Amino acid sequence: MSLISRRILLTASLLASVAFAPAAFAQDFDPNATIRIGSLYEPQNLDNTAGAGQGINEAFNGNVYEALFQLTDAGSVEPALVADYTVSEDGLTYTFTLKDGVTFHSGDPLTAADVKYSIERVTAETSKSSRKRSLSTITGIETPDDKTVVITLSARSISLPYNLSYVWIVNDAATDITATEDGTGPYTLEEWRRGSALALARFDGYWGTAPSNGEVIYTYFTDATALNNALLTNAVDVITSVQSPDSLAQFAGNPSFTVTEGASTTKELLAYNDRVAPFDNVQVRKALARAVDKARLLNSIWGDYGTLIGSFVPPTDPWYVDLTGVDAYDPDSAKAFLAEAGYPDGFTFTLDTPDYDPHPLVAQFLQTELAKVGVTVNINIITANEWYTKIYQEHNFEATLQEHVNHRDIVFYGNPDFYWGYNNPEVVKLIADSEAAGSIDEQTEKLTEANKIIAEDAASNWLYLYPQIVVSAANVSGYPVNGLNSQFFAYEIKKAN
Amino acid sequence: MRWGSGFTASGLAAGMRKHHELVWPASSKTVTLPQLTRRLPILAYTLRRLVILIASLLIAAIVLFVLLRLLPGDPANALLGVGATEAQIAAARSQVGSDQPLYTQFVSFIGNLARFDLGTSFVSRASVAGEIGNRMSVTLPLTFLGFLLALALAIPLGIIAAVRSDRWYGGLISVVSQLGIAIPVFWVGILLVTLFAINLRLLPSGGFPLRGWTNFGEAAVAMILPVLTIALVMAASVLRYVRAATLDVLGSDYLRTARALGSSFPQALIRHGLRNGAVPVISILGIELASTFLGAVVIERVFSLPGLGSMLLLAIQQRDYPNVQGVLFVSTLLVLLIGFAADLLQRFIDPRLRDRGAGTP
Repeated sequence: MSLISRRILLTASLLASVAFAPAAFAQDFDPNATIRIGSLYEPQNLDNTAGAGQGINEAFNGNVYEALFQLTDAGSVEPALVADYTVSEDGLTYTFTLKDGVTFHSGDPLTAADVKYSIERVTAETSKSSRKRSLSTITGIETPDDKTVVITLSARSISLPYNLSYVWIVNDAATDITATEDGTGPYTLEEWRRGSALALARFDGYWGTAPSNGEVIYTYFTDATALNNALLTNAVDVITSVQSPDSLAQFAGNPSFTVTEGASTTKELLAYNDRVAPFDNVQVRKALARAVDKARLLNSIWGDYGTLIGSFVPPTDPWYVDLTGVDAYDPDSAKAFLAEAGYPDGFTFTLDTPDYDPHPLVAQFLQTELAKVGVTVNINIITANEWYTKIYQEHNFEATLQEHVNHRDIVFYGNPDFYWGYNNPEVVKLIADSEAAGSIDEQTEKLTEANKIIAEDAASNWLYLYPQIVVSAANVSGYPVNGLNSQFFAYEIKKAN
Repeated sequence: MRWGSGFTASGLAAGMRKHHELVWPASSKTVTLPQLTRRLPILAYTLRRLVILIASLLIAAIVLFVLLRLLPGDPANALLGVGATEAQIAAARSQVGSDQPLYTQFVSFIGNLARFDLGTSFVSRASVAGEIGNRMSVTLPLTFLGFLLALALAIPLGIIAAVRSDRWYGGLISVVSQLGIAIPVFWVGILLVTLFAINLRLLPSGGFPLRGWTNFGEAAVAMILPVLTIALVMAASVLRYVRAATLDVLGSDYLRTARALGSSFPQALIRHGLRNGAVPVISILGIELASTFLGAVVIERVFSLPGLGSMLLLAIQQRDYPNVQGVLFVSTLLVLLIGFAADLLQRFIDPRLRDRGAGTP
C-alpha cells in the first residue's frame, strides 16, 4: 500500500543538484527497441483516482495519459495539452486553450468536455485521489467551445497549473479505467498481467514527438534482490529506483552498467505527536534533534548515498534553505535543553515503528542514541495498516517513524489537524497566504519563511533524505533520473544498436 | 495377515445404519444406501469423506473470517493515502463493507462462498476468482511439475538407498538427502539462481512472460529453476520415506515367499514390494504435496513468479480481504482435496483398507 503517494508538487524550479542523464550515445539507436523497465511498484489497478498506488504514476503519467500541464523530470511545470492560458486580474478565473490535433487512443478527438470530465473525476465524492484536497478551490468548470476550458476558483491558487499536472485527461466516453485506458499519451496499453508485467506500445496517432523506442515493458518484482538479478542477467534494461544500498556495489564500477543518483524528495522522519507532553515542548524536540548523529545514521543505512536535511524541505523545492545547522548534532546541548525543559533525567516514550525497511533499523539506532542523553525509547512495531488507523486517523501515539515522499509537502505543517499535530498559527497563516500569492516569488518567500520557522521549532526530527538511484544497462540512455511525483517517462529512452 | 477383519467391521456398521434408509433417485427400484454401500464399500467411504471435507471447509471459512477481523487496522486503509478526508475515509469504508456490523459481513461472506462467488478485490477492483484462475496457471504447474520431478528422483533413489544400504553410494544418498532436508527452500532457490542464472547465464533468474503460457517456450524456461528448487527439496524428504518403506518391505515374509516361488529379486520387489511399500508413502506424499503447494509462496517470491503465493502476500500487506479470503479458501479446498485423493488412492491400492473403510471410521 502506498501510504503516501509518492512525490508531489512543485512549480517552476530548477534542480539544485546532480540531475544529469547518462551521456547520450552518439551511435545509432534502435527506433523500434523494446525497453524493459524493472520496478518494485506494480499498480494495483489502472486508475489513479482509485487507490492504485504509486506504480500507476510511474507507468502511465506522461506515457499513456497526459495532463493539461506536465511536471518535468527537472521539476518545472510545462504546458502539455494546453496551447495557451490566461489568468484574470483577481487570480480567480483561468482560461485554457487546448492544443489542436490531439486524439485519444480510441480515436476520439480531445475536446473541452473531456477536460471537464477528467477534472471532475478527481474531485468527485468517490475519488480516492490523494490530491483531491488541493483542487478544492475549484468552484466551476465551463466549456464555452470545444477548445476552451474556463476554471473559476473560490480563492487564489498559485499552484493550480502544478495541481493540474496530475489530473489525467481521460476520454469522457471511457466509463471504467481500472483495467483499460483511453488517454492521449505516446503509448497505448498493450497488455497487463497482474503480478508480472505491463506492456505499452507506441501510439502511432500521437500528436507530439514520436517515442524513440517501439515498446516499453514494465516488469514488476516484489523482492529487491530478484530485481537486481534481473538487471544483472539482462532480463531488464533499467531499474527505476534502487531500494537496497548493498546491491549497488555489484553495479557501481562495472562498465556494463550506469548508476545515477538523482534528486529525491523522500524524507525519513521521527514525527512526534506535538499535541502531547513532553513533545509539546519545543526544548524537548530540539534536544532530541541534537541528540541524534544523523550523518552516522544515514551512512549506516545508505553508505555514501543520500543527503542530510535540516527541515522537511528537500533541495528540489524552491523554498529550500540549508537548515542543517539549526539543531546540529550536539549531545551536550541536548542534555542542557532537556534539563531546562524539566527533564534532567530524561523520560520514556513509545516509538510506533512501521514493520518495513528502513524503520526498524532506524528505531534501534534512535534507541541507542537517545539512551545517551537519558531518554528511553520503547519500540513498538506496527503494520502499515495499523499506522494508518492508529496514527494517521486517531492520532493515538507519542512518536512514530515514517517516510514522506511528496514534493512540496511542507504544506502539511500548515494543517494543525495533521497526524503530527504541529500547530504554529504563524506557519498556518504563511502557508495559507502562500497559496493565495500573486506571484511565484511571493509564494517562495512565504514558504521559505515557514520553512525556517518549522526548523527553529524542531516540529519533527528530520533524519535524512533518501537517495534516488537509477541503474541501467550501459547501452540504454534517456531515462528520467529524478522520478519526481513517481513519474518515469519512457518516450526518450534509447537503446543502442 | 488380517484379511478377515474387514467383514466383521462392515457387518457391524450395516447394523448401526439401519435407520438411515434413503431412496436412490435415479432408479425405479428402491435401493437403500446401506445396501449400496455394502456392495460398494469404497462409496460409503467416499461419501463419509465428502461430508468431512465440506464440514472442514466450513470450519476453515469461519476461522479465516474471524482471524482476519482480529487484525488491527481497517481494510479501507488500503484504498487511502495521506491527505484523505473524512468523507473519503467513510466512502472507502462503505465500499469495502467495513462499516457494517461483523455478523452482516459474515452472513454475506458465507452466502457468497456457498455460491462460489469470491467477490471483487478492494484494491484492484478485479474479480477474485478470475485473478485466482490466472495465478493458478503458474502455481499449479509449478507445484505438480515439482512434485512429479521429486517423485522421479526420490522413488528410484530411495529404493537404491534401501536395497544398497550396505554400499557406499547407498549411504551417500541417505546423507545427501539428510542435508537436503536441513537446507531451507529459499536458499536452494538462491543457490540455483546464483549458479545457473548469474554465473552461467543459462536460465532466467526469475519472472514470468507477459503473455503467460501462450508464449510457451519462454514460460517453460521460466519454470525450470523454480520447479527444480521444489523438486530437490521435496525429493530429499520423500526419499527418506521411500527408503524406510522399502526397508520394511525387504524384511517382509511375502517378499521371501515370492523369491522362494522363483521370482528374481527385482521382479519380486516390483510386483509385490512396490504396492505394499506405496501405502504408507502415499499418505506422506499427500501431506508433502499440500505443503509444497502452500510453500510455493516462498518459491514465487524468490523467482518473482505471478502465482497464488505472491497474490496472497500482497493481499495480506494490503489487507485486501476478498483476495486473502479467496486465496486461503481455494488453497484450503485444494489441500483438503489432495488429502481426499491420497486417501482414496490408498484404498484403491490396498484392498485391506478398502474393506475396513466401509465400516470403521
